[in-house]
Amino acid sequence: MPPTSRTPDADAPEVLSAPLVVEFPFTRSLGPVQSAFLTGLRERVVLGVRTGDGRVLVPPVEYDPATAEEIRDLVEVGTTGTVTTWSWNPAPRPHQPLDTPFAWVLVRFDGADTALLHALDAPGPDAVRTGMRVRVRWAAERTGAITDIACFEPYEGDGRGDATPHDGEFTDPVTGITAPARLDYTYSPGRAQSRYLAALAGHRTVGERCPSCRKVYVPPRGACPTCGVATRDQVEVGPRGTVTTFCIVNIKAKNLDIDVPYVYAHIALDGADLALHARIGGIPYDEVRMGLRVEPVWRGDGRYPDHYRPTGEPDADYDSYKELV
Amino acid sequence: MSEGGAPGSGTPRPGASRAAVSKEPVAVVGIGQTRHVAARRDVSLAGLVREAARRALDDAELSWQDIDAVVIGKAPDFFEGVMMPELYLADALGAVGKPILRVHTAGSVGGSTALVAADLVAARVHRTVLTLAFEKQSESNAMWGLSLPVPFQQPLLAGAGGFFAPHVRAYMRRTGAPATVGSLVAYKDRRNALKNPYAHLHEHDITLEKVQASPMLWDPVRYSETCPSSDGACAMVLTDRAGARRAPRPAAWMHGGAMRSEPTLFAGKDFVSPQAGKDCAAAVYRQAGVADPRREIDVVEMYVPFSWYEPMWLENLGFAAPGEGWKLTESGVTELDGDLPVNPSGGVLSANPIGASGMIRFAEAALQVRGQAGEHQVPGARRALGHAYGGGSQFFSMWLVGAEPPAT
Repeated sequence: MPPTSRTPDADAPEVLSAPLVVEFPFTRSLGPVQSAFLTGLRERVVLGVRTGDGRVLVPPVEYDPATAEEIRDLVEVGTTGTVTTWSWNPAPRPHQPLDTPFAWVLVRFDGADTALLHALDAPGPDAVRTGMRVRVRWAAERTGAITDIACFEPYEGDGRGDATPHDGEFTDPVTGITAPARLDYTYSPGRAQSRYLAALAGHRTVGERCPSCRKVYVPPRGACPTCGVATRDQVEVGPRGTVTTFCIVNIKAKNLDIDVPYVYAHIALDGADLALHARIGGIPYDEVRMGLRVEPVWRGDGRYPDHYRPTGEPDADYDSYKELV
Repeated sequence: MSEGGAPGSGTPRPGASRAAVSKEPVAVVGIGQTRHVAARRDVSLAGLVREAARRALDDAELSWQDIDAVVIGKAPDFFEGVMMPELYLADALGAVGKPILRVHTAGSVGGSTALVAADLVAARVHRTVLTLAFEKQSESNAMWGLSLPVPFQQPLLAGAGGFFAPHVRAYMRRTGAPATVGSLVAYKDRRNALKNPYAHLHEHDITLEKVQASPMLWDPVRYSETCPSSDGACAMVLTDRAGARRAPRPAAWMHGGAMRSEPTLFAGKDFVSPQAGKDCAAAVYRQAGVADPRREIDVVEMYVPFSWYEPMWLENLGFAAPGEGWKLTESGVTELDGDLPVNPSGGVLSANPIGASGMIRFAEAALQVRGQAGEHQVPGARRALGHAYGGGSQFFSMWLVGAEPPAT
């Protein structure tokens, strides 16, 4: 079928938008210093590390910030300390240390030269000041994580003096942690893709032609990636197309409910200047070939064709699609 | 940029001599790698990069104080969930009080990171630069990172192998290459890896029959023709002429370096032999004065994550005419004892800490011309090409290193 050109609809569909959540439980091997620090918290012991010039860093690091030398000289500091600066958090967000308003504080433990960031449980900002004395409130259940310190709380009294050497040895040390990460986006595919999806809802595939190189992009992107100019001329392509190349997938992907083996193909729809990717069905997997003529099969209310199947036409000549492979 | 034609081309500043506008020659005087493995659970990310960096400094017999700047690279952020490694790793890399910056070009990043570092020396911004790239695949899942479920978009139905396998089939159709060529590459690279103590895979009982009998994952790509998932880091110390004179071991000299990019998908994209790859190689050869790469280059470390990419890149990089790359592989030219050895280290097929893989190619090329490659040394190697690519064949970075300083 020859492609047909259309101008943008006056009643163009509204631009789509949907939540996109990127979430993964990353893991972290701790190495010797962080392993000792986090295992220590599980045992209600706060460890720091001594640098080449004698300062005590809490939380500890593996390499001397001044000399870059490896440092492994662990020391135990107190579980009490002094607030060096703070900021009131009136509206805690999910997963923050406390679910009632609290102060973010930097606490210098007694015996340490640097401060650690954590939460201070206080009735209000008037109860917090730089220089105030605080102590650790330990979590009831401790696993070897920074959350083993539930928070800090006000404390009237002196702390221990200097840091004391510690070998960092504990039974059953924590050597790795899970560090889940989650990003919440609002994703919008933009005007070009929104128009494309609106047409697909009617089982029509509409690309856009570049006014400069005349190539037809499917799916359209609103701009030609080669010429860098806006694409506005709409062009209906397909529905039939040609398999330009493919592979036979023999291993099941975790997130896909497709029986293997199946054919994953690049298909150049008639009138399009680059191939899209789709599954081939309606033919034994080992009979699929380059040049096979195919058409879409729609299922239910799927946004995209479920798969493509042979049309029964003769195969396309290699020369007719080799520029699209 | 590591670009440009003859020294002194362009418009010199008034009063500047030709010599003053020429670039400083760049020498590789230190190289360090970790032993690449599936999971380095004994070290933190900081400990991993530190190990490679320390080995590179030891090789150059330099201390942290001798380094003027640090340039690091890693794979896309989702691969490990570390968004700002330059911040997190500054102390481990001795960057306190010095410039540190990060380079980001997907799988080619190890190569482009080295080139950014080289440019800092060539431009006389810094005299001695530490460059490093790393990956801890065990702490994440690259397949997940590559297949985020973007709303409204059709999901990729096949994973990374499924992305590349159709392009391999297209290559076979275009060139008439026999189906066995991919297995020859895998068999060669895995045997080469046995001579490289840093390689991840050491398959002592490897045979061609075993490669050819391994499961077909994404037909036409077999399991044994795919790269492993590795943890590892690679570092290099780059310096100027004065630094090279003080170096305890022979330097590798940079004779050319270039990067090129193109969109991942566009009408007319040639996935079998991308234009950006051809252009990048041409720029490197022009800088190095190489007219016939097949005759003038002694050894190649190229980025081959799936075995068929060896013949494909042989053509893309100008070592063979279009359609002829597989013949070099099939006739043994690319074997360790062939006359154009490709991936004597075992290549990406034998170790793939993604973010580091490109820099490992660059570093292995440098080891060859320094005569420091150990058991996988190509005798008499004088000029070597290091090659990296990434994204969906979107980014290319390459350098050509030699045993002699470039003519200035």
